[in-house]
Amino acid sequence: MTVKTATGAAAPMPKSGAAAKKGFWAWLNKRMPVDEFLATQVTEYYAPKNFNFWYYFGSLALVVLVLQLVTGIFLTMFYKPGEATAFDSVQFIMREVDWGWLIRYLHSSGASFFFIVVYLHMFRAFLYGSYKPPRELLWLIGMLVYLALMAEAFMGYVLPWGNMSFWGAQVIVNLFGTIPGIGPDLVLWIRGDYGIADATLNRFFALHVAAVPLALLLLVVLHLVALHEVGSNNPDGIETKEKVGADGKPLDCVPFHPYYTVKDLVGVGVFLVLLAIVVFFVPTLGGLFLESPNFEPANPMSTPEHIAPVWYFTPYYAILRAVPDQRMGALLMLIAVMSFMFVPWLDRSPVKSMRYRGWMSRSALAIFVVSFIVLGYLGLQPAEGLYVVLARIFAVLYFAFFFLMPLYTWLDPVKPVPERLIYHAH
Amino acid sequence: MRTEALLAAVLLAVAACAPHRLPAEEEGGGKFGADWDSWRADTNVSDLASVQRGARNFTSYCLGCHSLKYERWSRLGADLKIPEQLLEKDLVPPGAKSTDYIMTRMPAADAETWFGKAPPDLSLMVRARGKDYIYQFLTTFYVDPTRQTGANNLRLPSTAMPDVLSELEGLKGAVFKTVARPGAGGSEQVFDHFEQLAPGRLSLAEYDGMVRDTVNFLDYVSEPTQLERRQLGVWVVLFLLVFTWFAWLVKREYWKDVH
Amino acid sequence: MADHAGVAGGDEVDLSRRKFLTRATIATGTVGAAFAAIPFIESWTPSERARALGAPTELDISKLEAGQMATTVWRRSPIYVVRRTSDMVARIAGHDADLKDPNSDHSDQPAYAKNPVRSRSAEFLVLVGTCTHLGCLPKQRFAAGDLYPSWPGGFFCPCHGSRFDLAGRVFAGSPASINLRVPPYSYPKEHLLLVGADEKGAAG
Repeated sequence: MTVKTATGAAAPMPKSGAAAKKGFWAWLNKRMPVDEFLATQVTEYYAPKNFNFWYYFGSLALVVLVLQLVTGIFLTMFYKPGEATAFDSVQFIMREVDWGWLIRYLHSSGASFFFIVVYLHMFRAFLYGSYKPPRELLWLIGMLVYLALMAEAFMGYVLPWGNMSFWGAQVIVNLFGTIPGIGPDLVLWIRGDYGIADATLNRFFALHVAAVPLALLLLVVLHLVALHEVGSNNPDGIETKEKVGADGKPLDCVPFHPYYTVKDLVGVGVFLVLLAIVVFFVPTLGGLFLESPNFEPANPMSTPEHIAPVWYFTPYYAILRAVPDQRMGALLMLIAVMSFMFVPWLDRSPVKSMRYRGWMSRSALAIFVVSFIVLGYLGLQPAEGLYVVLARIFAVLYFAFFFLMPLYTWLDPVKPVPERLIYHAH
Repeated sequence: MRTEALLAAVLLAVAACAPHRLPAEEEGGGKFGADWDSWRADTNVSDLASVQRGARNFTSYCLGCHSLKYERWSRLGADLKIPEQLLEKDLVPPGAKSTDYIMTRMPAADAETWFGKAPPDLSLMVRARGKDYIYQFLTTFYVDPTRQTGANNLRLPSTAMPDVLSELEGLKGAVFKTVARPGAGGSEQVFDHFEQLAPGRLSLAEYDGMVRDTVNFLDYVSEPTQLERRQLGVWVVLFLLVFTWFAWLVKREYWKDVH
Repeated sequence: MADHAGVAGGDEVDLSRRKFLTRATIATGTVGAAFAAIPFIESWTPSERARALGAPTELDISKLEAGQMATTVWRRSPIYVVRRTSDMVARIAGHDADLKDPNSDHSDQPAYAKNPVRSRSAEFLVLVGTCTHLGCLPKQRFAAGDLYPSWPGGFFCPCHGSRFDLAGRVFAGSPASINLRVPPYSYPKEHLLLVGADEKGAAG
């Protein structure tokens, strides 16, 4: 497919191929497939032309990852892991390192923005069936990225060694104690001591700074490889690779560069504006991004009034607390997270995109989103009275989304899917 | 969808910048202190004169027991624009260097023996509890003969801290009323209002101002870079808006190709 | 593009607008990136803690006996304070031909130390006790004839053999190329030496 300019002439494409460049570039390309890589992955990699708002979040996730890596590395230059030094070193960064406060806020806000972006990115998959064949592996790798991200965020939150860092670690590590048989020994092994202590902090530091970021980078690379193998889905859920033009290129696609590089750049701009507003004006976001109890040093003798994890974990926390039995609560929380993995096989709809699904799938997704958000809110509240009742109701709805999926996606009255992509020029 | 998100973000930013203003507590007229729970500190950390007064108040009345272990005297002087000679003469304790951290002279072990609990460091107290909490704490002490310190506090019942500001505020007693216990049956004592028992050196309004200045100062100490942060933020957001606009123009231009 | 004669003009406007906008965006982005890099680069400058610890050091020199050397620290470097006897002061002169930089033209000292005795007064010498070769601590060898018969007294660096006289000036034949550094210093009170601050204020 030749991309045409507004006047009908062939649009000038950025030149590719070693013939266009002599000297160093030719030397390089004889030894590494740079041009070939750029062509197959960027300038001649075709993506559906009808990407909408929901398609910004993949590239934004990459941007946040880079942000966290860079700010994280710089924080590591000044942070001192250890029971006696961690909290003080964070204040050292905030007050005495030139621009330390900015680097710290970028990292703490970046963590929350990472989850906002990732949740919206995952939601897109539910909107358009992006986990359906042949993209099941892409989805699974993405789920592994999500799990790694949760581990990274949890351990990162322990590092400042504030009172919520300590007690959050206490609660989450104790969850592992519910595993039958090996539980208590496992907890002792994770902690490296008889309570959350210096040993725990130091190993979390090593994992947070080195091990999990490496795993994350590997998983992100695999995620992109899997994506490029099958190509992107799109809001209409139509497989664009099946309709090619005379030149062998998909008819309803555009080269990623320059069309999606320029479009994603706008997304990055808007994202940075929002990030800057938070970092410079409301870095704690009323206690959601930086919790107040964490401005007091860890105190094993004094539990904060309300122990709550950071907002991005609260839906699962609400499910954990909704169940009156500790072991069952932990198990259900685990199932709540792992259920996402099975969606490619739970979803029996013949149609990918919500645009062509019926009222059953749409209502189910709407209820799920509402449940997720409500559970998130409930997870921040004390576990008493009406909050507990609501948590139980919405936990049931949450699980119903997954467990009833084979049924309602199969019964759902779907609409006919068009042959070609729906695209309105803009 | 994008414009809505942008608009929401701008509104959020504006709302976050707007100072919180709630009606101040009533003096005379209705019962004094009945609404203590909703008292707001209503301070503005960019009011340099107020923060300076707060610094002076802190060194006079708080430094005896509480430290600000993350703040240096020299940093205080630079941020609050206090000339070095004045800093050394009036604020820095004798024997301390201006680059020292602001430490109390009270030994922690003795403090624990005397009060049952070492007076906490106050560097981050405003971030940990909020300025309204601190304001309410300093304005709801009342005489309580049943306690060793002779005082109690509404914001933090059974506080280990004595009413150190009573020379300024005067002494006030708390009048309780009996109400039926909800649900369980029987009755309980609930705070009704304050009554002034003895005047202090300051009038009610002056004391209120003194507390607000001190809370303002503690707000500054909690995060010394906050003013710089907000000022810089304006430029950063403006720049990013311009950049995003340019990026959008480029995007629109290239996407004319796509049909 | 030139095929379509009728729309050539339209094509060029298209392309030049595209180029202009792209370049404007890249330029703005580059400026933004440069500004964004500043906080990270500046975070490496000495922190307030380092600057506080690097504040001027005081030393009471009233107890220092003639012919003796005291050592203190300023900005993580050893500082040598020598109370020279009149004999030691006399042994500073007479060997300018053996020195690499007898007038301290290429060496590092404040204006008040650019003189034959390399200090404010002949009696007290204040030096940074770090060999100007590769940073070892030179040892005091004040006695005349110590290292060799014509040795006038001074400092000897054990690492690579650099030699300095009683004003800290480097001898020819030493691996070091400039004289021992003199830090900024002053006497705020009699017998009180303040290393790191002088008329210009505390060292930046």
